[in-house]
Amino acid sequence: MPPAEVLPLVFDGVGLEAGGEWLLHDLCFRLDTGPCSVILGPNGAGKTLTLRLCNGLILPSRGRIRWAGSGGGDPAAARALVFQRPVLLRRSAAANVDYPLRLRGVARRERERRCEEVLEATGLAPIAQRPARKLSVGQQHRLALARVWALRPQVLFLDEPAASLDPAASRSLEAAIHVIRKEGTKIVMTTHDLGQAKRMSDEVLFLHRGRLLEQTPAEQFWQEPRTAEAKGFLRGEVL
Amino acid sequence: MKSLILLLSTLLLATAPATARATDTFITVASTTSTRDSGLLAYLLPLFEAKTGIEVRVVAVGTGRALKLGEHGDADVVLVHARAAEDRFMAAGYGLLRRDVMYNDFVIVGPKADPAGIHGVKRATHAFRQLATRKATFLSRGDDSGTHKAERRIWKAAGIDPTPASGTWYRETGNGMGATLNTAAELDAYTLVDRGTWLSFRNRRDLVIEVEGDPPLHNPYGIMIVNPKLHPSVKVDASRKFVDWITSAEGRKAINAFHVDGQQLFHATGSQP
Amino acid sequence: MSELSEAFRTAFQLIVELDPKLVEIVLLSLRVSFSALGLAAFLGMPLGALLGVSRFPGRHGLIVLLNALMGLPPVVVGLLVYLLLSRSGPLGGLGLLFTPTAMILAQTVLITPIIAALTRQTVEDLWEEYQEQMRSLGAGTLEAATTVLYEGRFSLLTALLAGYGRAAAEVGAVIIVGGNIAHVTRVMTTAIVLETNRGDLPLALGLGILLVLLAIAVNGSAQLIGEAARRAAG
Repeated sequence: MPPAEVLPLVFDGVGLEAGGEWLLHDLCFRLDTGPCSVILGPNGAGKTLTLRLCNGLILPSRGRIRWAGSGGGDPAAARALVFQRPVLLRRSAAANVDYPLRLRGVARRERERRCEEVLEATGLAPIAQRPARKLSVGQQHRLALARVWALRPQVLFLDEPAASLDPAASRSLEAAIHVIRKEGTKIVMTTHDLGQAKRMSDEVLFLHRGRLLEQTPAEQFWQEPRTAEAKGFLRGEVL
Repeated sequence: MKSLILLLSTLLLATAPATARATDTFITVASTTSTRDSGLLAYLLPLFEAKTGIEVRVVAVGTGRALKLGEHGDADVVLVHARAAEDRFMAAGYGLLRRDVMYNDFVIVGPKADPAGIHGVKRATHAFRQLATRKATFLSRGDDSGTHKAERRIWKAAGIDPTPASGTWYRETGNGMGATLNTAAELDAYTLVDRGTWLSFRNRRDLVIEVEGDPPLHNPYGIMIVNPKLHPSVKVDASRKFVDWITSAEGRKAINAFHVDGQQLFHATGSQP
Repeated sequence: MSELSEAFRTAFQLIVELDPKLVEIVLLSLRVSFSALGLAAFLGMPLGALLGVSRFPGRHGLIVLLNALMGLPPVVVGLLVYLLLSRSGPLGGLGLLFTPTAMILAQTVLITPIIAALTRQTVEDLWEEYQEQMRSLGAGTLEAATTVLYEGRFSLLTALLAGYGRAAAEVGAVIIVGGNIAHVTRVMTTAIVLETNRGDLPLALGLGILLVLLAIAVNGSAQLIGEAARRAAG
């Protein structure tokens, strides 16, 4: 897969305010093609909000968000988001994968091909015709991943993937994410799970109380983060 | 979901008018509920339809509404029993023509026990005066129907205005004849009813005829064709055929031949002009 | 009490004998009410869905009005439609008065608010759950609303049954615009009025029992179909 044309994604002094309170302060960072970026931080740090800003679900109160290519505007077709609690349609697993493809206007044969491909890759092929809502939580998360994977996004955002899954299901999901990554898709995910972050990350963006405290290559971060708060977080302290 | 839609469409198709009538022409006759309830129309109309192939659709409502339907042009023919109102209808230009058709009669019915003591009284006005004096429960139609108008005429002739007593012994139901009779049977009350409806009524309980035969109790029917100048949609030819038939010798014979419980209900009065 | 048992006997007899006049009346009743249901769904569901997903000034007032219209007295609807369809009225030229079509129109007017209001409620509740996910998958508002409507199909089935129930049970509207004409516009409810007025209470009650049985049959089949579909779709 060619390098993402819509990257780098640049946050320039982005702030978010709601109900009289500032939730995000002066975020400045840049996401490039290549590394799997993990946004790490304790609960309430603003990780999900950051992801929602990346996906155009909310608009910044201050600052700018710039994508490369397409004149800097929001490249909706090139990115995809898997919600922490994905909403599946009341139809079969395969139909759920088919749905967004149909929205994009993909031809029927191509849709069938991609559907088969992603269901196979996520291990869901045997239960393709089962009602999506009847699947186990782990299967549902993999299905949510499969359906956006079929869209061939250049950038894939994941909000706390596997937050509600047991270790086995979690590993299953991570394996699928690995495959997508190998295909060349840029992965950006949030998590508060240290183990998962260690396994998945190539670089870490550490968020705390709405501020970006550091953006560090993974190897260095896991050995010795630069900020005191990050160090404390890794030690398991309540920040 | 698909099966639900299938079920719905099947039901719709299946219930499509398989019962389409064979005749093409039909006329709409606005008449009264008492006329329909007497059973005369169910007996008479098939004879006309068989002879001419014209279907007669009867909308049976209160007298006031029947005349209104004529005024609005929603009916072709109006058949009611309210002479004064009919004359006003014609005078106002709503009707093309009017003919006498027949008369039946009203009877005063009441509980077998007869607390007001009017059983067998010859004059209707005397009976009504007795009812007022004894304050016996009397049900009025209260709906401007032909029956109601006849009732009011008798009160007037007796020199009594019962309306101040409305809600006490004099009760205005505002309902059709059948519903009023049901109530009278329930309450053991007196009421005025046309003989036709009375004979076909199945829920008499303790009600019997108390007073009958007095000429003021006669109930004449008139038939009118709605004026096509006001409502061009009126089917004048077919309506004329109906009016001519019902006032012809054949029609008169049929009317007189209609019996319920061995009794003749209607007496034909119509004649060809 | 004896009238009640006679009524049950009459109802049983009517069903067993399959009297052609009765069959005619039952078929017409089904045709009128189901046609009205179809039309009301066609008009009311998109309206309800639209109201459920859009936000505009005056929306709350419109919702209150729609909910209030659910309680429209059938006889009032009958009068209004009569005034419309009367030869002296604006649509008199169509000659629809005293036909089954007039009855279908009146019942459609009666039950569209019910379908629309219940659809709105269902869609609005689901919209909260689905909206963001739909947007994120690339669905525009129209596409998302249609999808949500389909997602809520089981609740909407109840809305349809409520609409059908109201139409099948009413007499005030159809008797005014239909005229209760024998073989043409006589349905079960107007036939019951007729027999009640003639004092034939057992027959009237018997027809009433038949009406209830019919309602049970309709609801029962809908339930079965709904259950089967629900199991298939999860």
